[in-house]
Amino acid sequence: MNTELFGVISIFIISIVLAIPIGKYIAKVYLGDKTLFDPIFNPIEKFIFKISGINSTEEMNWKQHLKALLSVNMAWFFLCFFVLLFQGSLFLNPDNNPNMTPDLAFNTAISFVVNCNLQHFSGETGLSYLSQMVLMFLQFVSAAVGMAAAAIVFNAMKERTTDKLGNFYNYFIKSCTRILLPLSAIVAVALLFSGTPMTFEEKDTITTLQGDSVQVSRGPAAVFIAIKHIGTNGGGFFGANSAHPLENPTYFTNAVELWAQLIIPFAMIFALGFYLKKRKLSYIIFGVMTIGFLLLVIPTVITELNGNPAIEKMGIAQTTGAMEGKEVRFGPAISGFWSIATTVISTGSVNSMHDSSMPMSGAMQLLAMMVNAFYGGCGVGWLNFYIFIILAVFISGLMVGRTPEFVGKKIEAREVKIAAFIAILHPLLILSGTALASYFAANDTAMGYWFNGNATDWLNNPGNHGFSEMLYEFTSSAANNGSGFEGLGDNNPFWNITTGIVLLLGRFLPIIGPLAIAGLLANKKYIPESAGTLKTDTPIFGVMVFAVIAIIAALSFFPALALGPLAEYFTLK
Amino acid sequence: MTNNKSNSLFESKQVKDALVQSFVKLNPKVMFKNPVMFTVEIGTAIMFAVCIAILFGAQEQGSFVYNFIVFLILLATLLFANFAEAIAEARGKAQADSLRKTREETPARQLLPNGDIKNISSSALKKGDVFVCEAGDLIATDGEIIEGLATIDESAITGESAPVIREAGGDKSSVTGGTKVLSDKIKVIVTNEPGESFLDKMIALVEGASRQKTPNEIALTILLAAFTLIFVIVCVTLKPFADYANAPITIAAFISLFVCLIPTTIGGLLSAIGIAGMDRALRANVITKSGKAVETAGDIDVLLLDKTGTITIGNRKATSLYATKGISQEDFIQSAVLSSLADDTPEGKSIVELAGLEVAQKLSIEGATLIKFTAETRTSGVVLKDGTNIRKGAQDAAKNIALQAGNVFPEDTAQKVIEISSNGGTPLVVIKNDQIQGVIELQDIIKTGMKERFERLRKMGVKTVMVTGDNPLTAKFIAEKAGVDDFIAEAKPEDKMNYIKNEQQNGKLVAMMGDGTNDAPALAQADVGVAMNSGTQAAKEAGNMVDLDNDPTKLIEIIEIGKQLLMTRGTLTTFSIANDVAKYFAIVPALFIAAIPALQGLNIMNLHSPESAILSAVIFNAIIIPILIPLALRGVDYKPIGAEAILKRNLLIYGLGGLIVPFIGIKLIDLVVAIFI
Repeated sequence: MNTELFGVISIFIISIVLAIPIGKYIAKVYLGDKTLFDPIFNPIEKFIFKISGINSTEEMNWKQHLKALLSVNMAWFFLCFFVLLFQGSLFLNPDNNPNMTPDLAFNTAISFVVNCNLQHFSGETGLSYLSQMVLMFLQFVSAAVGMAAAAIVFNAMKERTTDKLGNFYNYFIKSCTRILLPLSAIVAVALLFSGTPMTFEEKDTITTLQGDSVQVSRGPAAVFIAIKHIGTNGGGFFGANSAHPLENPTYFTNAVELWAQLIIPFAMIFALGFYLKKRKLSYIIFGVMTIGFLLLVIPTVITELNGNPAIEKMGIAQTTGAMEGKEVRFGPAISGFWSIATTVISTGSVNSMHDSSMPMSGAMQLLAMMVNAFYGGCGVGWLNFYIFIILAVFISGLMVGRTPEFVGKKIEAREVKIAAFIAILHPLLILSGTALASYFAANDTAMGYWFNGNATDWLNNPGNHGFSEMLYEFTSSAANNGSGFEGLGDNNPFWNITTGIVLLLGRFLPIIGPLAIAGLLANKKYIPESAGTLKTDTPIFGVMVFAVIAIIAALSFFPALALGPLAEYFTLK
Repeated sequence: MTNNKSNSLFESKQVKDALVQSFVKLNPKVMFKNPVMFTVEIGTAIMFAVCIAILFGAQEQGSFVYNFIVFLILLATLLFANFAEAIAEARGKAQADSLRKTREETPARQLLPNGDIKNISSSALKKGDVFVCEAGDLIATDGEIIEGLATIDESAITGESAPVIREAGGDKSSVTGGTKVLSDKIKVIVTNEPGESFLDKMIALVEGASRQKTPNEIALTILLAAFTLIFVIVCVTLKPFADYANAPITIAAFISLFVCLIPTTIGGLLSAIGIAGMDRALRANVITKSGKAVETAGDIDVLLLDKTGTITIGNRKATSLYATKGISQEDFIQSAVLSSLADDTPEGKSIVELAGLEVAQKLSIEGATLIKFTAETRTSGVVLKDGTNIRKGAQDAAKNIALQAGNVFPEDTAQKVIEISSNGGTPLVVIKNDQIQGVIELQDIIKTGMKERFERLRKMGVKTVMVTGDNPLTAKFIAEKAGVDDFIAEAKPEDKMNYIKNEQQNGKLVAMMGDGTNDAPALAQADVGVAMNSGTQAAKEAGNMVDLDNDPTKLIEIIEIGKQLLMTRGTLTTFSIANDVAKYFAIVPALFIAAIPALQGLNIMNLHSPESAILSAVIFNAIIIPILIPLALRGVDYKPIGAEAILKRNLLIYGLGGLIVPFIGIKLIDLVVAIFI
């Protein structure tokens, strides 16, 4: 038991400690300062900019940034959509996997473009190696898009008045070359040496101890899994994701993969401090996020270690904790920790079955995605948090009797309007999606084209647990998380299309909103701090932000949680 | 100051008026302006329909009595919110009325262009008309003196009993309707059309006819609308969730949950808070032209204050007389007194006072020619019968006179001049027949308590700037002694303007107070410009507030009123939203317990039954509004303890308090409700 906890705590602490120098490095990359790796990357980037005809020094305003960001994403979506649609007859398909259905291709393309990686298929049978490569490409660029967006907001927060906020392509390419690639390479090497395959050959045939012959899927997995975590994507190469023995062979790879998904979201917050020379602000933000994270992770780990009360009532000892749906090589503590890390951080890779987690853990996983701002995804975590800061600044500004300011810029009606809209969006997407699914399930509607059968057939479990399955799927989509509660029949037009739409809205609106606010604020007059200014780098302001997050994010989901995991929790108790 | 004010929060007549208004304001067209309360009104209408449906035999919605009670409580919630707004309006109106009463229908004597005098009623006076007032007359309406000088009793508006002098030309030419002429005769030109005076505008603001939402109020309304929308989503989606869980929810429960969750507390009190802010300004005898001005006052970073009359007691006094080497002290004093005998400025009088009456009595200036002070010569004095020319004035002017006549400016006098200046005094050099005689030291006397006030402002984050015509040395000394942060010395009107523009360029908000016509551009440029009521019409037009008391330190009060206004909104918003936690824990288990008995575990308040839980939550939600009305009207106390400390304090009281209070309140109400169910 104690070694298990020791493992969890040390991985967490090592990640934080390493995030500080990496944050410093990221800040340097976005500031354009000299780094050790310039001789390697300068020529590469020069080459990329040259062949693509991009002038990387041309400064853009926030609208131009958005235009660039949205158009590249659109291009990738179509590229990916068509590859998936025709993968059966394209090259690099040694296992002869079939074409995707249009609705699944739609969902999958969106899902990888938006850094979510909700997978309504299994990689082994659902994708050709070409498709895997295209998806891997998307895992890089979607992460870089999020980071570039965060970099634009960093730039906008500088103490000056301007509409020139750097060049999108410059931030984007540098995020890929200087941050994502090197970190992924480290992780890929670690995985490679631990036994993860890296090959373009077809399925292997092995003879088991019993003498049966078994087909084992393989492929270029090591690099895929590296960027899946570094870029907080979470899409597994194999269907079972990081619970699969080739995708996550040992406790060591498990630790590496955990570190890999934590590192950039952690480092981005420190990067903010280094970038703006406001270290204290970044510590406060990191502190708020960490407290939120711990409040979610501690009950989960304890619940999982304690085992299932229903089994206990049967008089069976559970010395290893709740092991249903978990891998023996990981155990309940690190699996519980992973389940919160992956939901808090919008990775969505799983190393245990969330459907089998204890109800309390399920509630925590859901809450982690409902909040979606404690660390959060690659770059976008900061954008979500930024919205809550704006709202907190506004309310606390009023509370101290002064028109609210954030880093020297006045927060006025327009910014509040955008922030409020983005804050509403998340509950709107999750609750209305779940409401739609519940409506059909409650009436057991015959779904026709949308689903082969009646609506309740898509549920693996009836009652509260079934409700949690539907709630989880939409929450995971809106948060661009991509993990599945599973147990839900989700590869059908109903789920592919509805979650696809939620994914799109849940990705791009929360990028557009903060960018717009940051752009508007950057253009406002800079007001130097005075004795009457409410400082935002203080613990008390941290408390305020936390309260705003708790009220907006948690409260609006209270009734839904009560009907899902909480009802289960109290029933099981 | 307080003779025309009512200090009790509620007066029976106001309460009566407000009660009537509470019902009048139920009109959906009026309600629509307040999105939060408008949704409550819709909910109330739906509940009314449900009650009717039950009377006609609808089965699934529970008993008529229960539904009707929910309807009544919702209606009460609306009425409470309307009452809050109405009582704030009534108080503001009563305040304005008491000011207005004095000026209604006073007889006026209009001076016709042909010189005839016509007796008419004040309300018939139009802008541009001229009327005449003599001792004992009430001034008919606001205007500017075009001829004459009078002492006027302004106690009707300021509460100050000491009479003031108003005269044509200069910066003290404005008179206010309803004030009384005590002596002399003046001709006054009317400056406003009837019904358009500042006071009339203010009354219109308070009454809501022309009340526009302030920028912060708009932003807050958006935020509250967003919260309302979130809970619309929560409640609407709950229907299919509950259907799926086989937990049917009655319409009454839905609407109760919704009304409890949306921020009705702040939504109901929001406009009352804004009106009360203007009302508080009016109580401080300040007329504001817009609610925005009061709000902006709370944000002020820089405060420009005139030295004279604000920081120092209006007049300087002679404190020492220093003869130049080679001139006897006696001769010097004689010259000084002679130059001042005819000088009736306070400085001149103080020189005679200092020299002593016996010296003055010996001297005579009969037959002498007086030389008045002008801006060009910057000296004044007399030419005696025998041709002796005695002048006194600023040292550079005196020096010029001496040097031009071929005389020297003695070294010891130059020394003395610097010494006096650096001690905060003003040197006046005396010249007799173009020869320097000596220096008179004039000293400023700083008002008591100013240092503490500036300290308080500094803690609020407001930088104080003293504006003075003194030379930089004197200015620096007084600035240090009074504790202001910065000063503008030898200030010309455009210096003020430039200083304001410069600060604004750096993103600061600037407030200033002024009275003269030459202040008008700066008053207009400043973010908050407070004109004194005694000031010129131009100054009053340019500023966005008028101070009836003519008290230059009033700005400090105005800033506090502005801050209070914002704080009251912020804290009540926090309180309102924090309340939701307890309301959730009351209503959510009540909704589902019948279908999912295990959810009893969420009923942490251990409320009696689902019905009692819902009723208790709605009742708490309704009565918290009237309970908080006094706070909304008085405003949250502002203390200059630094932004962070205020946040800590308010978060503790209104955030944590808002979290805990409803748990207790709902539980207590439930204990009572349980007796009846």
